[in-house]
Amino acid sequence: MALLLVPLMAWKMDEPFLITLATKVTILALAGVGLNIALGLGGLVSLGHAAFFGIGGYAMGILASHAQNYEPLFSWPFLFEGSNQMPLIWLVAVLASAAAALVIGALSLRTSGVYFIMITLAFGQMLYYFTISWSAYGGEDGLSIWVRNEMPGVNTLDPIQFFAVTFVILCLTLWFAARVAQSAFGLALSAARQSEERVETVGLAPFKLRLIAFVISGAITGLAGALFADLNRFVSPTMLSWHTSGEIMIFVILGGVGRLYGPVVGAAVYILLEHLLGGISEYWQIFLGLLLLGMVLFARGGLIGALLGREVAHD
Amino acid sequence: MSLILILEQVLNGLQFGVMLFLMAAGLTLVFGVMGLINLAHGALYMVGAFAAAAVAGWTGSFVLALMASLAAAAAAGALVEVTVIRRLYDRDHLDQVLATFALILIFSEGTRWLFGSFPLFLDVPSYLSGPVTLPGGIQYPLYRLAIIVIGLVVGAGLFWLIARTRIGVQIRAGEADREMIAALGVDISKLYTLVFALGAALAGLAGALVGAIQSVQVGMGEPVLILAFVVIVIGGIGSIKGALVGALLVGLTDTLGGVFLPRLFALMMEPASAASFGASLASMLIYILMAAVLLVRPSGLFGGSA
Repeated sequence: MALLLVPLMAWKMDEPFLITLATKVTILALAGVGLNIALGLGGLVSLGHAAFFGIGGYAMGILASHAQNYEPLFSWPFLFEGSNQMPLIWLVAVLASAAAALVIGALSLRTSGVYFIMITLAFGQMLYYFTISWSAYGGEDGLSIWVRNEMPGVNTLDPIQFFAVTFVILCLTLWFAARVAQSAFGLALSAARQSEERVETVGLAPFKLRLIAFVISGAITGLAGALFADLNRFVSPTMLSWHTSGEIMIFVILGGVGRLYGPVVGAAVYILLEHLLGGISEYWQIFLGLLLLGMVLFARGGLIGALLGREVAHD
Repeated sequence: MSLILILEQVLNGLQFGVMLFLMAAGLTLVFGVMGLINLAHGALYMVGAFAAAAVAGWTGSFVLALMASLAAAAAAGALVEVTVIRRLYDRDHLDQVLATFALILIFSEGTRWLFGSFPLFLDVPSYLSGPVTLPGGIQYPLYRLAIIVIGLVVGAGLFWLIARTRIGVQIRAGEADREMIAALGVDISKLYTLVFALGAALAGLAGALVGAIQSVQVGMGEPVLILAFVVIVIGGIGSIKGALVGALLVGLTDTLGGVFLPRLFALMMEPASAASFGASLASMLIYILMAAVLLVRPSGLFGGSA
């Protein structure tokens, strides 16, 4: 709720910076909601979600840069000149990151535990180095888009309207995530996290459940990546670096693993901290590190868990 | 593409692989014995490099600098183990990932605060600089050759330590059955601190040795850390032998791929696109290697049970 109030007040007071900050929180929360489906529901500790975030970003960057330079992206089987229409970009971002998640997931899910963490990390880094050496789309320097992409009926250049777009997407995704968690699929996935043998015994395939969860998770994070790129009007390999994976994971943990609103709270607190501590000291990440360490060692269950005084049942 | 070039690149690959082995050995020991995934291993590599650069700056002695890197990284490792890592052994991997990620933030920003953002430089000592002529008339930098030798000597020492000494027996026993060796009267928490400090010292040494070739800067440990992960995933987590084989495989694949893939593609397509396509593919080559190994053996080449 506060997430909605802050930008509305900022809009009244004519503080576009605050609106942009709130938009950033919304988009990063969306990425966290995506990861939370794999991490919280499926128990899949993926340290490679930056890959999907980046693929979403590059989907936007590539489509929009072709549209902006009037160079056709491909001319066969039909002439396609790129696009600056958000709905189409979102579709491409979701499909591309879902496809990547399918491939990465199918390979990584053959393993579990520490191997899974390291392999998702390694695949993330693989794409990171690929984008760095991919000189056609900016390589290490990234890709700038001059004008924010368009959406029918909305003036996306107006900060509050762009915020509204991202906020609606976040709400829809949260609703979707809640539905997934309560669906037969979500319950089976949760069960596979808690006891793999029992799920196999009742005739379900944990591998398939996890792969589907991983693909959904990657697709949502990819959508967040496309929005994030649109917010900054810039994509660069930094979006795919493993620090991004770590940050998305921090949003989820900070708020509370497996909680529906966990990533939203986590992203809001993280950005707030970045903003406040960043103003105090150039070395604010030391404090972030200490805080995170304290959280892991002493306050399991995240902020929501600490506030409500009870832990969510994970494992 | 002459034979000399190939041999030179093989040596480069060996040198890279030996460095990766020093990193991966610590990681795989810590995982094998304590069951801990340590993302902060790259931070210890950085600590070693910075300690070496600082000591070399004060004293001008490269040997002292290497000793400082060992001591500083081991001390930092022991400190971190006693204060933080010890609490993480019986936690799930997610908590370990987060806590060690937090340690990276603290180490990186702390180092930036102490030394500033500008890279430091560690000079190769005069007695190790310059080329040396190998049998067959190959000119090769003496320092890189020294790295290979140091790495192999340290690796042999490690194998000796694990296979032939009392501590090695305890470490191997700790991998096999934690409760049992505690019941037999081995001070397990001291053993854990020792193993962690040993792994940290090896990482610190690697950092210092590489620091003299590249620059010493904040964040230098992370690319190496991820390659070390690839190494131990390929080799099998917990296996020192696997770490050695994996490290050499990754080192050779990465080096040879980076040099020869663009040339190979240049035979088939126009030079400009061959160079960029070859470079892109070369940067992904070790990950493709990893995926291939995992398809055949999901727990790595020498991994028993994950």
